[in-house]
Amino acid sequence: MTKILIDGTEVDVPADYTLLQACEVAGAEIPRFCFHERLSIAGNCRMCLVELKGAPKPVASCAYAVKDCRPGPNGEPPEVLTRSGTTKKAREGVMEFLLINHPLDCPICDQGGHCDLQDQAMAYGVDSTRYQENKRAVEEKYIGPLVRTAMNRCIHCTRCVRFLAEVAGVPDLGAIGRGEDMEITSYLEQAMGSELQGNVADLCPVGALVHKPQSYNVRPWELHKTESVDVMDAVGSAIRVDARGREVMQIEPRISEEINEEWISDKTRHVVDGLRLQRLDRPFLRENGRLRPASWGEAFAAIAAKLKGTDPKRVGALVGDLAGVEEIFALKALMGSLGVTNLDARQTGEALDPAWGRAAYTLGATIPGIEQADAILIVGANPRTEASLLNVRIRKRWRMAPVSIGLILDEQPDLTYPYTYLGAGTDTLASIAKGEHSFLDVLKTAERPLVIVGEGGLGALAAAAALAQDVGAVTDGWNGFGVLNTAAARVGALDLGFVPGEGGLTFSQMLEPGALDVVFNLGADERVIGPGAFVIYQGTHGDAGASRADVILPGAAYTEKSATYVNLEGRVQMANRASFPPGDAREDWAILRALSDVLGKRLPYDSLAALRKALYADYPHLAAVGQVEPSDAAAALATLAGLPGDTAKSAFSSPVADFYLTNPIARASRVLAECSGLARGRALEAAE
Amino acid sequence: MKLDQVARSLLLKEFVSGFFLAMKYFFKPKATINYPFEMGHRGPRFRGEHALRRYPNGEERCIACKLCEAICPAQAITIEAGPRRNDGTRRTTRYDIDMVKCIYCGMCQEACPVDAIVEGPNFEFSVETREELLYDKEKLLANGDRWEREIARNIALDAPYR
Repeated sequence: MTKILIDGTEVDVPADYTLLQACEVAGAEIPRFCFHERLSIAGNCRMCLVELKGAPKPVASCAYAVKDCRPGPNGEPPEVLTRSGTTKKAREGVMEFLLINHPLDCPICDQGGHCDLQDQAMAYGVDSTRYQENKRAVEEKYIGPLVRTAMNRCIHCTRCVRFLAEVAGVPDLGAIGRGEDMEITSYLEQAMGSELQGNVADLCPVGALVHKPQSYNVRPWELHKTESVDVMDAVGSAIRVDARGREVMQIEPRISEEINEEWISDKTRHVVDGLRLQRLDRPFLRENGRLRPASWGEAFAAIAAKLKGTDPKRVGALVGDLAGVEEIFALKALMGSLGVTNLDARQTGEALDPAWGRAAYTLGATIPGIEQADAILIVGANPRTEASLLNVRIRKRWRMAPVSIGLILDEQPDLTYPYTYLGAGTDTLASIAKGEHSFLDVLKTAERPLVIVGEGGLGALAAAAALAQDVGAVTDGWNGFGVLNTAAARVGALDLGFVPGEGGLTFSQMLEPGALDVVFNLGADERVIGPGAFVIYQGTHGDAGASRADVILPGAAYTEKSATYVNLEGRVQMANRASFPPGDAREDWAILRALSDVLGKRLPYDSLAALRKALYADYPHLAAVGQVEPSDAAAALATLAGLPGDTAKSAFSSPVADFYLTNPIARASRVLAECSGLARGRALEAAE
Repeated sequence: MKLDQVARSLLLKEFVSGFFLAMKYFFKPKATINYPFEMGHRGPRFRGEHALRRYPNGEERCIACKLCEAICPAQAITIEAGPRRNDGTRRTTRYDIDMVKCIYCGMCQEACPVDAIVEGPNFEFSVETREELLYDKEKLLANGDRWEREIARNIALDAPYR
């Protein structure tokens, strides 16, 4: 620790801190453009200049370490002045230089109102210009469908370049030229090839990079902001849903060190238009082969009439990927009261069983825990498409210090970090376990090896667990075995035990033609129910599930209800309501409560609070919002390793075929459809 | 009764002075005007009916910055914006003023960076139904076209004081 005087207050900070960090510790605010906590230091905007006693000129505090400061002549601690006249003058000079070429187009700039340059010009700018010459003019660049450029406004902070190169791991942006002629460009006018590209617009301190899909649509001051969680994948990124009136306008990341730091994937961000399009806004009934609009009463009556004469053994309930814990709980209670045992929420990953313990279907190492791992084996998963922000963590781990990463998958995707491709399927896993492959030694010598099994590799769950046990992945204080789920609802549903009861059919069995007479489908759209069954679909979008349905009950999307989601780590999180469901659509638990009344099996809760009370009484760990309930990983691993292994040879393939179109909301979005098309084009180009 | 009082009443002094006062005002120029046929003076800063202006080449001035909407103390203005279809420039897709809510404070024209929304000299826009006072963009632009000459003159007259 080093002592340093900042504006007269002495603080004690680690020697490797920068002056900027030391100033923040002392409570002095330093203006900055290029500096960002999660990116490398560039030191090129010069806005963070401070006066350092003894230094010949002001120093850039973001790039100057505390340990580089010279002490005073008698060994006094070095002194930094952040509010002195010299500092203010220096910053005003920098601001004047920045504004020389920055156009005065704030009224038409989407950044207006949340612009760093605008805010700091209020503090350090002058009201007139001494510059008489023409301003620099830079051509607009095409850098993809999600980010619009206005390069006249660029102040060359290079945050976007550093983000793509360091966090996203694609060197798609760069700067050419020097000084005034410097330009940020994608070199060949091609779209950025990252699923995190939207973040560059968030990082841009000015309006040079702005979000293209919501171009000119919103001003920050007219938005109502709601903190929520994302459900596009099982990571459960922290998001802020911004709504104007009743309409969700944009989704922005929220800082959450445990999960997404401050990034979100493009699917999370740009699914917004999917929340408006293709919505189910009233109940429908199928008559003579066609769906017709109906009232809630009619729809419930049709369901009651159908269920009345049906044997509970011929009734089943499916839960999709976006359902919240509350409605799964209500559906389970309703089906339980009807005597139905055919329950399943495992649209993918049918091999998972909650009976094995919670550690057998979550990622017990947690996402921040990835940073501690010193060898990683990924079995049957493409983390970049299945859980983009988990992939960002793995890349962050790799950037801290290169780490051995092995992948077993039937393809060799670009994961943005180098990995050892081990093979395609069960054979490879067996040969590693037998020690025929050197990767076993890597795992064995590692102190904290991490084995991640994706949904594609669940067929070999027992073998992977045996391997993890063999290499000592689970020790005291380290849980290095985990399952990578892809659906936001999955872990919550498994926590509630929404799996086939005694003699119940599994998801696939229920889809078989003629397996059931009545199927209650709570938002499962990825797999099609076979002919023969009477299907009640409760969901939000007119997607595959709705087109197969005989009765449609319109529900609320994740931005329209308060619901609990459990992410792939087993972290309980709460999504909040930012707007209201469209038309006659209602919150899902309320629909099930109303239906239960019509069926004569009234559920014992009249409000969400009462439902939660019952839920927390049965599953106390769900009450700890934001926490991961510790689970007995060693026991779960032993159970898994003891399972009869699947001896069939098979290749592991990722369940996510198209990153941008994994759920009904994303499929309704036009922006994501465009992204998907571009990504397909890139894949074809790469194949040639 | 005193003598001077008697003299005043006999000579009808109050009546005569009142008569002359009446005659004085009878022949003075009138302060009232014959309103529908005559108009009073309105200064260049008069804040009447709103109008959206265009540039001389016909291009609408409004750039959808939403500053007028933000500053409007009565929240009478509603704007929706988006890229214009033909050239992608920032334009309003909806510009509504609820003239019933409006308090004619003139903050919108103060906030406008391009002098697009202005309060023109017209105050004769009474209508028979409330709905007619919910102005949309079309109506406001039409107002702008109709009153452009007067508005431009008023802005020019007021320019030295800004």
